Amino acid sequence: MKSENRNRVAVVGACAIGLLVLAACQPPASTEVVKTGVEPKVMADALHAVMEADRTVYTRNVINRLVKEAKVIKASEHWKDEPALPLPAQMFRMGAEMVAKKDAGFSYSLLSIWPINKQNTPRTDVEIEGLEYVAENKGSNFYAEEMLGEQKYFTAVYADTAIAPACVSCHNEHKDSPKVDFILGDVMGGVVLRIPIGS
Amino acid sequence: MSGKRGALLWAVLSITGTIILGLPMLMPEQMQASPIDRTIFLPGDTTDGHYQIEIECDACHTERFSDKTSMQGACVECHAAELERVDDSHPRTKFTDPRNADRVELLDARWCITCHQEHRPEITSTMGLSLPEDYCYRCHENIAEERPTHVDLPFDSCSNSGCHNFHDNKALYEDFLVDHRADPDFREAAFVPLRDFKSIAVGREIASGEPLAPADHDAPRDLPDLDVWVEEWSVSGHADSGVNCRDCHAPEETAWVDKPKLAVCESCHSLEHEGFLASRHGMRIAAGLPKMTPGQARLPMHEEALDRSLDCNQCHGAHAYDTRFAAVDACLECHVDDHSESYAASPHAALWEKELAGEAPAGSGVSCATCHLPRIADPREPGRTRVAHNQNDFLRPRDKMIRSSCLECHGLAFSLDSLADPALVDTNFTGRSTVKVKSIHYATKLRWQLEGKPPPWSEADKGNE
Repeated sequence: MKSENRNRVAVVGACAIGLLVLAACQPPASTEVVKTGVEPKVMADALHAVMEADRTVYTRNVINRLVKEAKVIKASEHWKDEPALPLPAQMFRMGAEMVAKKDAGFSYSLLSIWPINKQNTPRTDVEIEGLEYVAENKGSNFYAEEMLGEQKYFTAVYADTAIAPACVSCHNEHKDSPKVDFILGDVMGGVVLRIPIGS
Repeated sequence: MSGKRGALLWAVLSITGTIILGLPMLMPEQMQASPIDRTIFLPGDTTDGHYQIEIECDACHTERFSDKTSMQGACVECHAAELERVDDSHPRTKFTDPRNADRVELLDARWCITCHQEHRPEITSTMGLSLPEDYCYRCHENIAEERPTHVDLPFDSCSNSGCHNFHDNKALYEDFLVDHRADPDFREAAFVPLRDFKSIAVGREIASGEPLAPADHDAPRDLPDLDVWVEEWSVSGHADSGVNCRDCHAPEETAWVDKPKLAVCESCHSLEHEGFLASRHGMRIAAGLPKMTPGQARLPMHEEALDRSLDCNQCHGAHAYDTRFAAVDACLECHVDDHSESYAASPHAALWEKELAGEAPAGSGVSCATCHLPRIADPREPGRTRVAHNQNDFLRPRDKMIRSSCLECHGLAFSLDSLADPALVDTNFTGRSTVKVKSIHYATKLRWQLEGKPPPWSEADKGNE
């Protein structure tokens, strides 16, 4: 009876060890995702395409049309305190905040070498290099990798261009704008999009 | 005692102690009725905002051996809506942004408990803040470069001089200061918005909106003390709005219930009920604890009120729920601190008395509730005015009440200065402030400089603007 029990224990123990070995040999799920997933650059470009489209639609078809052309409502950074529309940059940032709350696997921000709010000045080396690059090389994007904290990121920088008269007049007339001679088509800043990579 | 016996005794005492101390933590539900006082587990006094529920450890420690994430969940559960309402100037997302990773190393503001540590009374200041007050400096050390008015200001003066708050700057942001720089101290039309419950009852088809007379009541004729109930009801807002007895005691043709459940009240007053449960008065109920009593308060309370149980009916009777009583007398029956005791002789009380006497229009008097339970826009039904029942949202820092109350009657500069003077707060605003908050002056000066104009005051007036 005793030896039977010992045998049972041995069998159960062997099975447990076998399962542990199998589990250890199993490649982690994350490796599979990397192998079959979308390249960070492709993902960043796709995300930016959506952002840029939404931003253009809001700026041209809402802000410029209602504020500049029809003059039926104003746009104000204090839109909650006034009967006013949120500024295009605020719309963009509100979206970025909602995404950040969802912990969606990427983050983005709207920065500028000539920011109205100084908190939106480029801070990391990649931000500085990227914003200068897209300002000097119209139509080109900037891609790099950077370590922030203990995390490595694929970082893409896309030019943010003055696409409507409202963009130009608002920035040129704002009391805190360090640059007041923007013209239509100028690069006014950039969208910085980050995707964490590696472990 | 031999070594073996000593070791045995040590082991027995350790195991017994672990069981006694550990069981209530590991099995809180089973130990709910335990005679063991859970306050023995408190590692230190809790803050003024949490001590009411401190023995309900699970309210904050939602998991055994809670980590930062689960603790954060508890903070957010109670405080997120308020932060959303005030447009939190430093939301968590600002610090989860990878570009601020270096700042997070200096001040990890992703977590509430970085700045608001509990059970640390030795380092806790007002607002439950457990950081030195130079925290602004960690990220804004270069502020003087873009705001020359800030040159040479002490690094800990940002948040303790009436100028800035970390979370709520709705009455303090630069453009707001400039826009309100010329506000008169006393507005000509000084009224708070009037409540309009009648329209809510009508809109939800609960009542007709037509006032009812005593004879219109639809209660069973054989109810004990019917005359008393009917008389109280007939002079109430319910009768004035057309809400009859059966609308609460037998809604939708159900059988008559002498004491309707809270759910019936909530069908019209859910916002008030939620606010009360989130407040210092009601948070014990929300945490499943016995009702708060004034005897448990840290503020001075009247001796004879110490054993009262705080619920809706303490301020509002079920039928005789005179909101004028609830707005002042109900508060002063318990509270007996300097500010409360000074109310009766204050200019605010004089206005309240005039309104009660019918000598001044509705909404022109200033009661305790005017400032501490203010009239707010209904967040669920825009355009309607409700009474906020969570005084925490408008209590501290004091300038949180500027937008909700002060500006209804006063100018911004007058309000900022008055709230910044602790002695004036103690006298319930009897007299004028001896404190001058500089923020309007600074913001105006900067605006005029940027626009290339001379400041709208002479050099001799500088600082008195």
